[in-house]
Order: sequence, then structure tokens, then C-alpha cells
Amino acid sequence: MDAPTKTIKELSAEVVEEFAVFDQWLDKYEYIIDLGKSLPEILPSDKVDANLIAGCQSRVWLACRCENGRLWFTADSDAIITKGIISLLINVYDGQKAEEVAASDFGFIEEIGLKENLSPTRAGGLAAMILKIKTYAKEYAQG
Amino acid sequence: MDKKLAEIRKRVPALSLQVAGRDLVYLDNAATSQKPYSVLQMQTSLSEAASGNVHRAIHRLSVEATEAYEAGRAAVCRFINADSVILTSGATASLNLLAFCFAERYLGPGDKVLLTEAEHHSNLVPWQMACARKGAEVCFLPIDESGEPDLEVFARSLDSRVKLVALPHISNILGVVNPLEEMISIAHSRGIPVAVDGAQGIVHAKVDVQALDCDFYAFSGHKIYAPTGTGVLYGRRSLLEEMPPYMGGGDMVGHVSYGQTTYNELPLKFEAGTPNFTGAACFAPALTFASELREDAELQAYGRKITEYLMEALPTIDGLKLYGVPKDIGRKSGVFSMTIEGTHPSDLAQLLDQMGIAVRSGLMCAEPFVSKYSQTGMLRASLLPYNTMDEAEYFVQSLRRAVKMLR
Repeated sequence: MDAPTKTIKELSAEVVEEFAVFDQWLDKYEYIIDLGKSLPEILPSDKVDANLIAGCQSRVWLACRCENGRLWFTADSDAIITKGIISLLINVYDGQKAEEVAASDFGFIEEIGLKENLSPTRAGGLAAMILKIKTYAKEYAQG
Repeated sequence: MDKKLAEIRKRVPALSLQVAGRDLVYLDNAATSQKPYSVLQMQTSLSEAASGNVHRAIHRLSVEATEAYEAGRAAVCRFINADSVILTSGATASLNLLAFCFAERYLGPGDKVLLTEAEHHSNLVPWQMACARKGAEVCFLPIDESGEPDLEVFARSLDSRVKLVALPHISNILGVVNPLEEMISIAHSRGIPVAVDGAQGIVHAKVDVQALDCDFYAFSGHKIYAPTGTGVLYGRRSLLEEMPPYMGGGDMVGHVSYGQTTYNELPLKFEAGTPNFTGAACFAPALTFASELREDAELQAYGRKITEYLMEALPTIDGLKLYGVPKDIGRKSGVFSMTIEGTHPSDLAQLLDQMGIAVRSGLMCAEPFVSKYSQTGMLRASLLPYNTMDEAEYFVQSLRRAVKMLR
């Protein structure tokens, strides 16, 4: 797989820009749903309990591989909005260096106001997704 | 009608809220109701005035608090035609009290408690706990998607080991009024008492515990316009007299010595500690409001029309399946649970929230029943008499739109 040409900072700035186009949160959801639909399918071997993220109302699987110090993610969920949110995260962090992912503050999530527009259980799920990505990154950054 | 409803809605301030920049359409009434000013004002004025504890001191504040608390109890007794009731913190507390104390007195190894498959966890887990303690067993009367129990199967289930039947008046998933009269009379003919989880029943059906002849009836205050932290357990006096108390301390005592304690009379025997007396006092205005809405024939007929509309319109959404579809639509109350093919209920609820609509999604505190039909849970809309036909129509339109977005 080719390494992304853009940095985490550039990609997250693009997300913020894209979200600024929409006036209404319903439109933002439409965008998130489309992201969910376009997320590449997860390998059946990755869709296992060990990759389930605890703390989400719907089931979310997130698997991560490390090649030459870069992280590659695959994910799935039975809820499409959840799948869209994880896709949003993957679009920014896929193929980035483990150290850089580990050091990222995930600030663009705050900037687009996603948390405020999620139910508390979903917001908890989002926090759990971010934590899982960070945990993977820290593991590989050390290893 | 529109004018009348507008007047009623003006008396419930939360109904004028804005959510996501739109008028709130509150359809999660089976979870909790919005409270009228009369209740909110009483709550505030009782808190503002002063706090004297109930049933204790001679001073004026205590006497007034006791009077307000007992007036709340009297309002509950009138509302369900009971001679007396135990005040608790909610239906869950009532059912835990009942399960614990009933088991202490009446359950032993090999005994059975019969529930239905469509129980809220609050009328399931306490019985599992009690039966585990006593070596007894919990069994279940099958309920299918129609929501109607088979009375012949019910009668056959009542063998000599069954010591109690505990069932919902109206299931919080299915919204179908159970044929309590028939079921109670069948159970009584075998000498088996019947406990009713009335958390939804008290809201949607007229309850007369004496005419019903039920042995126990439990419900929460917050679902019927009273504040949270209020609840009721009605029990047949002869059974309650036999049961030991639940918690010790506070007002449940008769005489206490270092060696032993005698217990207070009913209902105080089961009301240990300082009760939520300001909350319970608000039963008076809450039930006045509930009675006013219930006794308004025009409003009731309007509510039936909304139910009929939803039962007809919802299934026109592609892939939508309703749970709780009785042969006689007259048995359906304003609780509508559904699954929609190709959509996840939490996605639907999220999009509806963005459209200003509050509904419930998930396992609805009835995991064993809901997961029989759907791994991901259900979506539930639930009405009270303050809901309008416009809201119901907007809900159906919005749901259609949300489904389209998700597929």
C-alpha cells in the first residue's frame, strides 16, 4: 500500500473544511452515512471479538496492521452512522506513521462539533474508537 | 380539538422546547413523561417553603410535610381505588421490595414464579435474584409478536409449584393491554396470587385494583406526570401482613430495643427511612392532570385515532415490522416498537433526533425478548394524551426520510 501524500494535519484540516460547507447537522449526517457506505469491507478474519470496541452501543470492529512503521486500519459496524464516523477517522489516520498517530490530539473531532451532535452513548463510543486507535498506535510506536 | 390540545400543551412547559432548531416532538413517553406546571410548582413550593421531616416531630413544619405526603398517598389510593398503598422510589423499587419480601415468606426450594417472556428487566431480574436465593425457579409464558398471551397455555402453565404470577399490565415493548381480568381469575381459581407490573398500564389503562382483584400492582410516578423518584406498590393486605419488612430503620418500626424490634403497621412497615415526601406529595396534582386527560372523551377518541393512524401508516414504510399487533386494535395502547430492514435503530434514533423527534432505541430494558427478534434492538415511539396527530404524521414522514438516508 502506498503511503498517503498528505499529513494528519492536512487531512484533518480537510475534514474541518468539508464540514464547514454544511449548514445543518442533518446534511453532515448524510455525508457521514455516505462515508460509512463507502468504507472498504473488513476481512472476515478481522471481524472477530478481539477487535470489537467496548463501550459502543452498536458493535464496532477495528483492526490494525503495521507495515514499515505505518498503520493500516480496517473496520466495520452494524450501524451505518458509526461506520461513517470510524471511516472519517480512518481517512485521516490510515497509512500514517505510528508515532504520528500516537502523538495526534484528534482535535479536528472537537472542531467539527461531532461530539455535541451525538447522543451521550454514541459520544462515549466515539471516545472508545479514538482510544482504540491511540492504543494501536502506541503499541506499534514502541514495538 | 386543536384549541383544547394547544391549551393542554401550554400547561406542560417541556413540550414547547426546541431541539436541533425545531419544535420538540416528544415520543419517548414510555420512558418518562413531561411534567405539567401544577406538578413543577408544587415541587418548587414544597422545596422553597421549608423542610420538616414526615411522621416525626410535633412542630408545624413536620406536620405540614406529613399532611402533604399523606395527601399524595390519598390521591394515589383514589386513582387506583385502593384502601392503602406503599410509597416507594419507583416501579423498580416496588418490584424489588415485592420480590424480596414475597420470596422470604412464600417461596421455597422447587417453587416457581411465572412471568411472561415480554418483561421489563425490572420485573425479571428481581425474581431471578429472589428465586436464586430460595432455590426456586423463574418460568416464562410464551408471548409472540402479536403481543397476545394464549390463555389456554397460561392455564396449563399453572401447576401446583407455581406460587405467584407476575406479569405486565402492558408490556413496554408490545404496548398491548394484557387480559388481566381473565388471567387473574384463572390464577385465583388455582389459589395463585397475581402481581402486576403497571409501569405502562397505569399510564394507558384505567386501573381499579379492587375490580381487577389483583394481589399486587406496581408503578412509577414519573411516567404519569409525577416527579422522578416516586413510585407505588399496592398489595393485598392479607399478603402484606404476612410478609417481613424489606429495609430496616426510620418509620418502619413499632418498638425498638437492643434485643429486638417490632414493626409498624402497614403501609409504613415497608417505608423505611425518610421517603421522597416532596415527590410523593406531587402525586396529587399529577394524578389530577392524568384524570382530567383520561376523563375527556373527546381527547381519548383523538388518541385512539392517532393509534389507528400509526398502526396503518407505519407498515407502509418499506421493510418496517411492528411488534404488538393485537387482533382487536382496541387493546393496543400508544406504544409502538418496530424494526426496519437494512437500518440500525440507533442510526434511526440519531437522525430523528436531528429532526427534533425523541424516540427510544435499543434493547428497551427487555433484552431477552427484544433480542429474539433483532440483534441490534428496536425503535420505539410512545404517546401520551398531549401528543398530536401532526406530531404522529411528522414522525412517519421523518422516519421515511431517515430510512431513505440510511439505505
